[in-house]
Amino acid sequence: MPVNEFVVRVGGDTLEGGIIRTGEFLAHALARCGLEVFTFRTYPAEIKGGQAMIQVRTSERPIYSHGDEVDILICFDEEAWEIHRHEFNPYGVLIYDSKFEPKNVPGTATTYGLPFSEIAKVKLRNPLSKNMVILGAFSALFGLPKEVFEQLIRDYWGRRGEKVVSANITALNEGFEEARKLEKRDPYRVEVRPMRDRIILSGNEAICYGAIAAGCKVFAGYPITPASDILEWMMEHLPHFDGTPLQVEDEIAAIGAVLGASFAGAKAMTATSGPGFSLMTEFLGHAAMAEIPCVIADIQRAGPSTGMPTKSEQSDLYQAVFGGHGDVPRIVLAPSTVQGCFYVTVHAFNLAELCQLPVIILSDQSLAHRTETIEPIDLSKIIVIDREVYDPVVHGGDGYRRYLLTETGVSPMSVPGKPGSYTAEGLEHDEFGHPNWDQENHMTMTEKRFRKLELALRYDEYYPGFQGYRWYGPRQADVGVIAWGSTAGAVREAVELAEREGISVAVLHVSMLYPLNKEVVCRFINSMKQVLLPELNYTGQFAHLIRGETGLDVVSYTKVTGVPFKVREILEAIKELAHEAALAR
Amino acid sequence: MAVGAEVRERYKSDLKPIWCPGCGDYGVLTATFMALGNLGLNPEEVVIVSGIGCSGRFPAFTTAYGFHSLHGRTMPVALGVKAANPNLTVIAVGGDGDTLAIGGNHFMHACRRNINLTYLLLDNNLYALTKGQASPTTLPWQTTDSTPYGGYENYVEPCALAILYGATFVAREFSARARKLAEVIAQAIQHPGFALVHILSPCVTFFDTYDLYKQKVKELPPDYDPTDMNRAIQFATDIETRWVGVLYRTVKPTFEERVQAIREKAKQRYQGVTLQDMLNRRRV
Repeated sequence: MPVNEFVVRVGGDTLEGGIIRTGEFLAHALARCGLEVFTFRTYPAEIKGGQAMIQVRTSERPIYSHGDEVDILICFDEEAWEIHRHEFNPYGVLIYDSKFEPKNVPGTATTYGLPFSEIAKVKLRNPLSKNMVILGAFSALFGLPKEVFEQLIRDYWGRRGEKVVSANITALNEGFEEARKLEKRDPYRVEVRPMRDRIILSGNEAICYGAIAAGCKVFAGYPITPASDILEWMMEHLPHFDGTPLQVEDEIAAIGAVLGASFAGAKAMTATSGPGFSLMTEFLGHAAMAEIPCVIADIQRAGPSTGMPTKSEQSDLYQAVFGGHGDVPRIVLAPSTVQGCFYVTVHAFNLAELCQLPVIILSDQSLAHRTETIEPIDLSKIIVIDREVYDPVVHGGDGYRRYLLTETGVSPMSVPGKPGSYTAEGLEHDEFGHPNWDQENHMTMTEKRFRKLELALRYDEYYPGFQGYRWYGPRQADVGVIAWGSTAGAVREAVELAEREGISVAVLHVSMLYPLNKEVVCRFINSMKQVLLPELNYTGQFAHLIRGETGLDVVSYTKVTGVPFKVREILEAIKELAHEAALAR
Repeated sequence: MAVGAEVRERYKSDLKPIWCPGCGDYGVLTATFMALGNLGLNPEEVVIVSGIGCSGRFPAFTTAYGFHSLHGRTMPVALGVKAANPNLTVIAVGGDGDTLAIGGNHFMHACRRNINLTYLLLDNNLYALTKGQASPTTLPWQTTDSTPYGGYENYVEPCALAILYGATFVAREFSARARKLAEVIAQAIQHPGFALVHILSPCVTFFDTYDLYKQKVKELPPDYDPTDMNRAIQFATDIETRWVGVLYRTVKPTFEERVQAIREKAKQRYQGVTLQDMLNRRRV
């Protein structure tokens, strides 16, 4: 649908500059036209140079994935065309810098060559203004009102003075006038709709906001792609919320500081990616053993080892669920949308405090760095849960038992500076925290620590409306799809398309990966003829977990290309299973 | 060394230490009780963070708050405690392997951060809990179960390292001199910044150095100036004589003061902006 329903991609070498900004401005402008937007980006791992791209999908309806095909492709250089032409809609529009002539363009496509570089360099004497020239051309070609871009320029550069603003507006006008000379030969158009009340955030930003909303007071981290922007945000903002951000010497120090801070009474978190998360494993076990609440955000990238730092994967699930020596209880949550990043982070803190357990948030590169228009967040509606604090008057003052055996497994926790001193102990211990290796005791205390997972499964009693398991579609169907993390968006769109084709299909969207609600998952699997589980890893990690936990089988569908699933790929897999289900009938 | 019953009552826990009879760590524990008693600190406002090894068991033998962390990781945990509540008195306890081998990286950064805490380095020149292997402070001529042909790496001098890494208070003492040790620990606690107390704490079971240190340990000369960094390094690295006392001290802003300054800057930049304001500003 060419009106208000398309995917734009901007690609070029980062040496040219401005590629990502072009896309960001475009996304913002489309949002100001009353449309939903969803961006997706990849960038080179090199410090300077290398191809970067940003994709902006827009629609009048909610968007769940970045889109399979590029309808409008803007190429800064020939290499960009060569890279992106494979995902180019053959009936789409190619806008390119006329300094090169693109080869092998499908005859069905519309092409507009414009001298962006020449205008910027020769006429404007400012090579960096090329992105504004391109946006001006976009405005003329697709009817996105120029005033929207002008206002954005003012909002963005206003603080830098009128000179900067007017230079950018001049560049915008040059592009606009140049493109107006062209004859419009494509059907794509922007039509302004009434403004929606929306905010724009990236996944990583949403995690930061969620952390502060939940009461995070100490953050510790070490730079790592693609989680560094969380560290940077915290270094900038945590201090004015009376918190303490710590950039420490490595990821071991990061989680160590988080546990020290939490032990001392502050809510604390760290954010990292696979390699850093591996380093944290020993302390993860310590957090479970000493029962110290903490939150670890793992922004997954392609592994193993250094892997592909700027590419996306969902391959840290084994590490999150099983990582560590000994029996280590922990909670693993996975957001699927930018909005989900905010709420899952709030839930992560709440669950950590409620259960006195480490909680891991599994996000990934594609989710971390994409932006979405989302409904505004009203902080007054957030429920914040704090740990049960030991009070000698309430709990009885004689001999504080830090690891008191209780029905839920949770024992009231004292705070240094107040009565109730004890030693947070990594050795197996008794109720007082005294080291103890009696046979019975290790059994009893292990059971106590694992009992808290049952409490985690009842979190919705503490946070009404929380859904760790969301079942979309019919109660019984030919095909069921289990979705987790960033893949859930593509699944949702694929399922809508499959339904339109008459396929009977349902979705179980899991955001609490561990502990697994076996009852719900078993019910879902047993109600479907076939169950598909798409995920971005090679070994089918969540499929393995589900098989192990439920004893039921699912069809694992995996891919490791560094980029998210396309809707079409999942749709094809659903169709295949639907076909098998029909044959079995 | 006898400790007043009152002090013992206040700081000693019911848990009986697991150390071998005669272990230097008993002296350190006693000296710590005395220092806390002399400063009149409330055990509930003191946090003792330890790593793994014989020294790791230290916190549980006191009535203070304790955090028995992981091997080598005392410093990150202590940093976190201070970040959450700068008003607590934090004492970190680590062995020579803890501090200089597995935790060597953290030690460097703890020194340069100048966190306001006290680090008791209980140095017995080997790994004792694992029953006698070589550590970074194993002496050159010493043989151990893991170095049966003698050591093949150089000795590391913790006091000199700490000075160069940016610690602002560096002292050395001998566990057999509990009263002197108590004085030094009290000074270290009172020092505003990172204070290292390197304690020669013999292991009677695997490498008994009592006689050795009785000969080698010597108090710093009366005219010694602990603000002279070059002289401090010279005295610290003297292996023939083990000089005890405050080797080095200086005053620099503490980590906590710097964090406070950052908070003030941030509050100036974002005057009264709430999280809801920030979210609202992200409207398209």
